[in-house]
Formats: sequence, structure tokens, C-alpha cells
Amino acid sequence: MRGWGRLTANGMNMDFTDEQITRYSRHILLPEVGGKGQKKIAKSRILIVGAGGLGSPAALYLAAAGVGTIGIIDSDVVDLSNLQRQVIHHTSDLDRSKVRSAKEKIQALNPDVTVVMHEDRLTSRNALELIRGYDLVLDGADNFSTKFLCNDACYFADKPLVHGGILRFEGRVTTIIPRKSACYRCVFKNPPPPGLVASCQEAGVLGVLAGIIGTIQATEALKLVLGVGRPLTDRLLDFDARRTAFREIKTKKNPNCPLCGDHPTITELFDHEPEVCDVKQVKVKVEA
Amino acid sequence: MLVKINGKSEEVQGATVLDLLKAKNIDPHMVAVELNARMLERDHLATTPVKEGDQVEFLFYMGGGR
Ligand SMILES: [Zn+2]
Repeated sequence: MRGWGRLTANGMNMDFTDEQITRYSRHILLPEVGGKGQKKIAKSRILIVGAGGLGSPAALYLAAAGVGTIGIIDSDVVDLSNLQRQVIHHTSDLDRSKVRSAKEKIQALNPDVTVVMHEDRLTSRNALELIRGYDLVLDGADNFSTKFLCNDACYFADKPLVHGGILRFEGRVTTIIPRKSACYRCVFKNPPPPGLVASCQEAGVLGVLAGIIGTIQATEALKLVLGVGRPLTDRLLDFDARRTAFREIKTKKNPNCPLCGDHPTITELFDHEPEVCDVKQVKVKVEA
Repeated sequence: MLVKINGKSEEVQGATVLDLLKAKNIDPHMVAVELNARMLERDHLATTPVKEGDQVEFLFYMGGGR
């Protein structure tokens, strides 16, 4: 293993074991990462909101990458209809806590990772305290009230947010650095009126979209941790699976934003009305 | 006139951004609208004129994640 000797001499802080150096070798080989970058990843703390479609692939890749602490907040249990896209959960996990199920898979994949379980809903009461304990937040929530809450809480806690959304054949990612780049409310001031926009089960989604968008979110999170490249800020990256096409929409901080604009009207956290979205109420008809 | 809507050039009729939305059967509450890289207030859609060569983005909400 002559190669590793050279690698370790190249600025590796000797806290990594030989096994870890092998495990992360394809990162360490990258000049933009190296031993120093891998150390940053190992020290990073990332909160994933939702252990669902987006959270599953994001959690798995961030765990594989060696993120030191992954927090996961979700209050749900695994439902059969989740398994079409929520790849961190297995058939044997049905009716089990999603956070618990996710923790097991992460630790089986990479025992270096500390998983903090938050078996709870993100609310205006717990969001700030929770988010302050992490370096950045990855939004894998399935509803608008939580997405807006993530945006607001990250603004008040001054933490970067990697936002993601999927619907039918489309997905969207954007990175928000509070006070520096456009926030979610700079574009979408408020959630849509209830019932107008399908946000979850009733609309359907091509399962693999969760993988595409969730892994882009994980990429953004790692870039922020490493300080590498140009973050996906002031841009919405929209993906259309029907045409297999990405489109980038430029955004910028909106002076009329109710949160981060010149005359903010939102000065503390609050909860928007949650949408009614219960998978058990959705009857799916199958055509012969 | 020719207007770029969501990156695609389209021949459209109508004087205002709201007219464009109506022609496409889009409820204004379902989208955020950007005109030439500037976010429009929803209250201003009816009074904001569209001109030849303008770039309009209709940004639909995308809320899912589960
Ligand atoms: Zn804003």
C-alpha cells in the first residue's frame, strides 16, 4: 500500500485510521477534498428534515461520504406506499419509525456516522433550537408548511439551507445562504392556498425523481461543507424527467420579501396551516 | 408578439402578465411570476404590461419530498 503512505504525507491529519483512509480514498484523491476536506466532512453536522423520498438518498450518500453527524427529523412510520421511492426503508421496516429505520441503514453503511434521531415534527416551537445544533439543513419535507418553516428557521438561525421539491415528473433544487442569497420567500412569498396545488400523495411522483433531486441536494450540502465550487444560490434548478432536461432560473434577493426584504413582516417563527395530506385517505384506482 | 415563456419563445396575445396567465389557464395563485429576472408582486400582475421580447417565468410550486 505504497500509495496510501504518499496520501497520508499529503496533509492528512493523522486522526484517520488506515481503514478510514481506505474508505474515503476516492475523496482524498480529489485535490479539492484531500485529507483536509475529508476532515471537514467528518466534523460536519447536517440536519435532514424528513426521512422520505428526498431524505433517503441524501442520507445514504452523506453517510457514505463520512459526514460526522446526521440528524434526522420525522414523526412518521414506514408505509407500504413509501417504498416505491424512499430507498432507505425496506419491506421489513413497515410500520416502524422512519427515523429509527434510517438510523439503522446509515450505521450499517458507515459506522463512523453519528445519527441523531428526532422522532418529532418540525414546528415553530422546536425548529430554532434544533437547527442551531447543525451546520446546515437539507429540506426533504413533503409539505409547504414545513418547507416555509425550514426557510424561516434557517434565516433566523443563520444556517444554509438546501431546498428540494418533487412533483409528478419534475423536481427542483436551490441553495439558500440566509442574508446573502434569495430565500424561498423571495420567490414564493407564501404557501399556495389549500387544495390548489397538489403537494404529495394525491399527485403522484415518479419514484426515481427523489433519487435525482435528493442526491443533488446531498452534492450541494457536501460542497458547502467543503467550501468547494459555486453553490446553487440565486438559482432554481428545475428538472423535467419527461424531457430529461434541466433548466436554471435565475433569482435574486427580493427587496419585497416578507422575511429577508427591506421591510420584513415576518419577525419570528410561525406555522402555516398544514395541508391535509393523509395517504390512507387517498384511494388509488388501478385501470385494468 | 413574441415573448419568451419559461425559456421558450411563444407568439402571444394580451397586454398584461395576467392576460398571459389567463390565456394559459393558469390560476395566478399557483405561480410566482418573474418578468425579465424581476419577481412580480401578485397584486401587480393585472397592471404589468408585457412587451415584445420580454422574458417571463411562471414558477410553479413544487412541494413534495416524501
Ligand atoms: Zn427572502
